[in-house]
Amino acid sequence: MRLALEEIGVVIDGRAILDDVSLEIGAGERLALLGPSGSGKSTALRVAAGLQRPSTGRVLLDGANVTGVPPHRRGIGLVFQDAALFPHRDVAGNVGFGPRVAYLPEAERDGRVVEALALVGLAGMERRDVTTLSGGEAQRVALARALAPRPGVLLLDEPLGALDGPLRQRLQDDLRGLFERLALTVVHVTHDVGEAFAIGDRVAVLRDGRIAQVATPEALWARPADEWVARFLGMANVFSDGEHATVVRPEAVGVLPGEGAVVVAADRDGPVVRLRVREDGGRELEAVVVGVDVPRVGERVAVDVDPRGVVDVALWRPEMPGRG
Amino acid sequence: MDRDRRALSAAGRAATVVLPVAFLAVFFAWPLGAILGRGLVVDGRPDVPFDVLTASTTRDVAWFTLWQAAVSTVLTLIAALPLAWALSRFRFPGRSLVEALVLVPFVLPTVVVATAFVALLPDGVERSVWAILLAHVFFNVAVVVRIVGAFWAGLDQRLWDAAATLGASPADRQLRVTVPLLAPALASAASIVFLFCFTSFGVILILGGPRYSTLETEIYNQAARLFDLRTAAALGLLQLAAVAAAVLVSGRLERRLGGGRRRGEAARRPVGGERIAVAVVVLGSLGLLALPPVALVLRSLQVGAGYGLDHFSALAHETPALFVAPWHAIFNSLLFSTAATAIALAVGIPAAVAVASGRRGLDVALMLPLGASAALLGFGFLLAFDDPPLDLRSSPAIVPLAQALVALPFVVRSLVPALRALDVRLREAAAILGASPAQVRREVELPLLARPLAVAAGLAFAVSLGEFGATIFVVRADWPTVPVAIFRFLGRPGEANSGAAMALCVVLMALVAAVALLSERALVRRRPR
Repeated sequence: MRLALEEIGVVIDGRAILDDVSLEIGAGERLALLGPSGSGKSTALRVAAGLQRPSTGRVLLDGANVTGVPPHRRGIGLVFQDAALFPHRDVAGNVGFGPRVAYLPEAERDGRVVEALALVGLAGMERRDVTTLSGGEAQRVALARALAPRPGVLLLDEPLGALDGPLRQRLQDDLRGLFERLALTVVHVTHDVGEAFAIGDRVAVLRDGRIAQVATPEALWARPADEWVARFLGMANVFSDGEHATVVRPEAVGVLPGEGAVVVAADRDGPVVRLRVREDGGRELEAVVVGVDVPRVGERVAVDVDPRGVVDVALWRPEMPGRG
Repeated sequence: MDRDRRALSAAGRAATVVLPVAFLAVFFAWPLGAILGRGLVVDGRPDVPFDVLTASTTRDVAWFTLWQAAVSTVLTLIAALPLAWALSRFRFPGRSLVEALVLVPFVLPTVVVATAFVALLPDGVERSVWAILLAHVFFNVAVVVRIVGAFWAGLDQRLWDAAATLGASPADRQLRVTVPLLAPALASAASIVFLFCFTSFGVILILGGPRYSTLETEIYNQAARLFDLRTAAALGLLQLAAVAAAVLVSGRLERRLGGGRRRGEAARRPVGGERIAVAVVVLGSLGLLALPPVALVLRSLQVGAGYGLDHFSALAHETPALFVAPWHAIFNSLLFSTAATAIALAVGIPAAVAVASGRRGLDVALMLPLGASAALLGFGFLLAFDDPPLDLRSSPAIVPLAQALVALPFVVRSLVPALRALDVRLREAAAILGASPAQVRREVELPLLARPLAVAAGLAFAVSLGEFGATIFVVRADWPTVPVAIFRFLGRPGEANSGAAMALCVVLMALVAAVALLSERALVRRRPR
């Protein structure tokens, strides 16, 4: 199923939460909606789900206007950040809720529950009390619950936000595998760049209620639309003189034995080490090296920038300071 | 945030407000207005009853009202604090049972408590200031244990740990950490107990005899016994002003309680000498609290020099004390309480929905009947519904209406937190999964609210069963409720009458216990793990 938001605006208490947001998600496509907190990601999701009436614009499902259709008639699934499981029902009662309110025959209902729980790796957990579930289990049950009615579009609102560490990584991998296997149309909201890149076929970056850029992860990394997007993606080498802005992607900065710069910081993240080097001219650059035989802090080095990694980007100034 | 805008439509919201407001206007504002009118207007001209207000008898009554409430409050705090300490700081086998037992006196009808002290105390002391004070303590220990204990249990254990690492001795910690932290809870509990004792009616009427009366009982004496409505109304004005001041103070103190605590269970097993202290406090308190009800049951079984069920079997026969056989009173009480519960729920549910969706003004208005004191309400009913357009004086319907008004704050108070706790996202999740609004109500909201609804109904029923202050003003002589019948029996001499009062008290106690048990059942079954 295709989902489209057309020129969506949402004004709450006189404040523009979303402003002219247009997004198209093709059938079977996975879109990651990425933005800092307060950028309007969740509101966009609530508009798509029908929980928030947009002030302007339309929501289309397979080309049909569903802007005025209440959530329970949209056939869209939504996974909340902290699961929002029904405390008065067990796991099967939660997962079977959608089929139940759709008055499916009991045998089919049970079949859906078993199927959905198997999909999320919780087969056999039907009779568990939801209040005894761990955070990861609860989130899987919430996912199974959203899948059981077989929605045409699945929306996820920071589904990994309440989890941490290896658990988070595992569920992220599982989610991606599941989305690919089921060929679901997915909108996945997150504030985590890595998660957005891992899950999304395309990534839409939202800033202060507006779309800043929509692109594949590769295109986004190669050509961030402006200096704000570059910084938000985690790029440190953004230089601006007020008229032009340039981004030097860290992997394009070569660090060799030699002269001309000094290492001022080295932070290891697994196999990768992020280096900060200060050129004798005063400019500081971030570089990425791998392995264990890497320059140390204080070492003199030579810096070699690959011109293919240098990108001119648009300047960005907040139009209305303090609005975000 | 937008998600706080409840799913209620504008029309739905208006509807939830109209019914409670109309009910309060007719059955609360109008009766109080009638008291004001009777007290301040004579023959269509304004007339402030200075003569009544400045009379020495009024001064004596007001003074007694004030000091008995103050002394009762202090005694209650002293009696309750050890128990609050033991129950909030320590875990021990049977603690939840003890907590439940401590609450029992508070749900007992005032008439039962007063009669129990008549049964317990030796002749001569049974109708004295001491009896009044003791009965108030017995009644209100639960309030202090509940409020202070909950606060105490929620205090962050790490505060004491921090104080200890900073060099504070155990005594220092109590003095410099516990006392200042508990102060708001103590003040709040004290103000509530003071309000209860200030407006105490049944206890004073029964235990005070003719010698001691408070503003509350004096209103009844003037209105119902001496038929001096002007004096009664003047005293009503005084009581209204005093109560309004007390409610204001206690409301302010209660608000100071909010925020900054609730860090989970800090209770631990007692060690060493603490074990003895906790055991002495808990067993001693329970033993003292058990004395009055046990004395009551024993006296109800006492026939002459021996024991028997004679007083209970006598309830089937007509007596000169009532116009009907006493068992009629039991039937009347059940009937009235059922009707009162239905009314309180019909008004209280929409009211709670409106309050939970953010109508603070209504919240305050709904709590007023609680503060306005039952006797004031009863007296107001007497004045307001005496003649057309609403002549309810001769109608039995006036009793459940008055009782519903008294029960209403309890219904709203028990429903609002549950409604507020209803997670909006659960409703949204259900809608997303395809549930229509009707299905959301049936499949999500109702199951989640079943338990608080059962509690609210149980409370309303128990409060109505025991209601005395308002009922005594409006009840018809041939339709007595159990508390009214008890009062009538106690007012007559002889063993048969006092025996009948004791027996009826035991019946009433059993009824209240049954209701409490039933709604507690609902509580236990649905308690989330």
